[in-house]
Amino acid sequence: MIYLDYNATTPLRPEARAAMLPYLGAEFGNPSSVHRLGSRARVAVENARAQVARLIGARASEIVFTSGGTEANNMALFGIAAVKDGALVTTTIEHSSVLASATRLEEDGRRVHRLDVDRTGRVDLDGLRVALQHRVALVSVGWANNEIGTIQPIAEITALCRAAGAVLHVDAVQAVGKIPVVAEQTDVLSLSAHKLGGPKGVGALWVRGGVALEPRALGGGQERGRRSGTENVAGIVGFGAACQVAVVDDVTGTRTTELRERLWDGLAAAIGGVRRNSPRDHSLPNTLNVCIEGVRGEALVAGADIEDVAISTGSACAAGAAEPSHVLRAIGLTTDEARDGVRFSLGRETTVGEIDRTIDVVAALVAQVRRVQPREVVHV
Amino acid sequence: MSRGPRVVVGMSGGVDSSVAAALLVEQGYDVIGVAMRLWAGENGASTSGCCTLDYFLDARGVASQLGIPFYVMDFQRQFAAAVVDPFVAEYVAGRTPNPCVRCNQFVKFGAFWERARELGATWVATGHYARVTHGEDGDRSQLWRAIDAAKDQSYFLFALTPDVLSRTIFPIGALTKNEVRRRAEALGLSVAAKPESQEVCFAPRREYVSFVAKRAPAVRGGAIVDEAGVVVGQHEGIHCFTVGQRRALGLSAGRPLYVTRIDPVERVVYVGPREATTAIGLSATQAVWISGTPPLPGAMLSVKIRSRFEPTMVQVETATDHAFTISAPRGLVAITPGQAAVLYDGERVVGGGWIERAGFSDAAA
Repeated sequence: MIYLDYNATTPLRPEARAAMLPYLGAEFGNPSSVHRLGSRARVAVENARAQVARLIGARASEIVFTSGGTEANNMALFGIAAVKDGALVTTTIEHSSVLASATRLEEDGRRVHRLDVDRTGRVDLDGLRVALQHRVALVSVGWANNEIGTIQPIAEITALCRAAGAVLHVDAVQAVGKIPVVAEQTDVLSLSAHKLGGPKGVGALWVRGGVALEPRALGGGQERGRRSGTENVAGIVGFGAACQVAVVDDVTGTRTTELRERLWDGLAAAIGGVRRNSPRDHSLPNTLNVCIEGVRGEALVAGADIEDVAISTGSACAAGAAEPSHVLRAIGLTTDEARDGVRFSLGRETTVGEIDRTIDVVAALVAQVRRVQPREVVHV
Repeated sequence: MSRGPRVVVGMSGGVDSSVAAALLVEQGYDVIGVAMRLWAGENGASTSGCCTLDYFLDARGVASQLGIPFYVMDFQRQFAAAVVDPFVAEYVAGRTPNPCVRCNQFVKFGAFWERARELGATWVATGHYARVTHGEDGDRSQLWRAIDAAKDQSYFLFALTPDVLSRTIFPIGALTKNEVRRRAEALGLSVAAKPESQEVCFAPRREYVSFVAKRAPAVRGGAIVDEAGVVVGQHEGIHCFTVGQRRALGLSAGRPLYVTRIDPVERVVYVGPREATTAIGLSATQAVWISGTPPLPGAMLSVKIRSRFEPTMVQVETATDHAFTISAPRGLVAITPGQAAVLYDGERVVGGGWIERAGFSDAAA
């Protein structure tokens, strides 16, 4: 199978798997236990904490392990809203875990301001300036978008937030491991292990020292009281190992960018009516989102899967049917177009041969679909 | 490994379509399972019919067990336009719609067949109880009643176009329901013991009245009038009534009264004794003839005028490409405008149409 869905999840890196195995076997201790078995688990968790911190240039003591990116985002929004008055400012293209949390806070009486983005998915900085003229508790922005790959101008956003005294939370789930991410540029940062070669079910929230955040899970006081519950030791150890190898990876993204452009050039040459939804600049090296005139996204994804190429539509319901993507709507696509966006997301295992084969498979599928439903093809 | 022809099978998560998929795999087809998301209900999640998350998960589980690819595809817009909107419009027009026939015609064997071809399929299959035979070069495919007469669904399938019928497989049409369940058990399918679902999937029986009222806010009440022209009661909307209906009339006339006719313009529901619902024939429009040509006048065929109806011998009075009239010497009870009249020659489906009115001459209208 050709796997081009790295933004959904990544294969577990062998180093992470090897690091985890002892903790799925003999090293089953509870890190809070006093005996040596527990003590070894504690040391393993703290080593992993240091590994995660190093990847983002942060202090280990400021890392809170969670069950993943969604919990980290929920923890940031609800945890800060609980201790700080003022509006919540976010954008229209955030991950559902941020958008749903914002909506709930709004229902509970919080003022929420959702910033528009331009046609490339970049946040409206003038809009942010205006929003920050009012009292703002928290600004929450995604570092890089999971569907189209747009990278936000984090430095500018940081400067505006600092000047206004607003806490800046950045969802860096899709950015970490793909582009350099420095935690210090932000105040609170969400991470997820399985997007960078770690296991599913584990993530982290980095919280700058001095930023108050009310815990949501109360109990035994683990994670310095910020998230109670016995630690997911094997998962955390795998997360740490994945971060360690990610640190030594080439983070310039040159190779991945070349492959992505090879894919785009190949699709554009082989198929009429392809529209690029991902920007060329300020974009994750690995992400290419396109619409193909007259071809339903779900038909393309299913057809490609039958040919052993794994890609995805932007958004799906619980059952798995394609739904219009709020991100594509936000950058100006119609509801129909937003349902039919298809995402190719590349990874470190992706090869030139796989890209070329993917172009052939997609071109053949598009020809097949257009034979069934001949439509006016608009060349863009 | 060489594979047989590619077939897309509609999988609902029920036992029938699951066994249909299993049989196609056994027969060597290159099988792809697709579940149709037809209806999301009021809050995005359907709680009835087979568009619930549980049904999709069941279908996915069966596909996984069979080792075939499986996808959920969205047909909500086609379903709303071809099935739900006309369902409401028919009730408002004083008729009793049959959404399942339209769903088969426009969605399950319309848009679905299109998607199947987009996936490179040359065949489409479902778990319907009906049989289809494919003619040698040039001969039209023929549609037949299922072996299991109690489960036969050919009535709902008369409107399939010749194009799609010629590429259709009904893998369980030659099995009885009991045999299907036994096959499911033998295959160890998790859905083997699942109960039947037979109601209108988007508006279960008891809810259809409020469903229609909500989507047609203009519906208002009117009078209930007997055969002598006497107002015997009031009603809250003609959509609550079906010709032939006795129960729930809210009348205490001291004699059983049945709905005989609905006047959508004056919003009058006419009632009368049971005999008054019987007519000696009917007119139908939007005819579909499976052989491609209408039957000859005088032909003796049997008819079903709703899904649960004992086939009754009738004579074809007139038949064109678009419409037909039939007569029944002993009469047909409760001829209901909006339902399908499907004609059979023994086990074979000749064709059908939509009931326009009782009576087969203009004068009888």
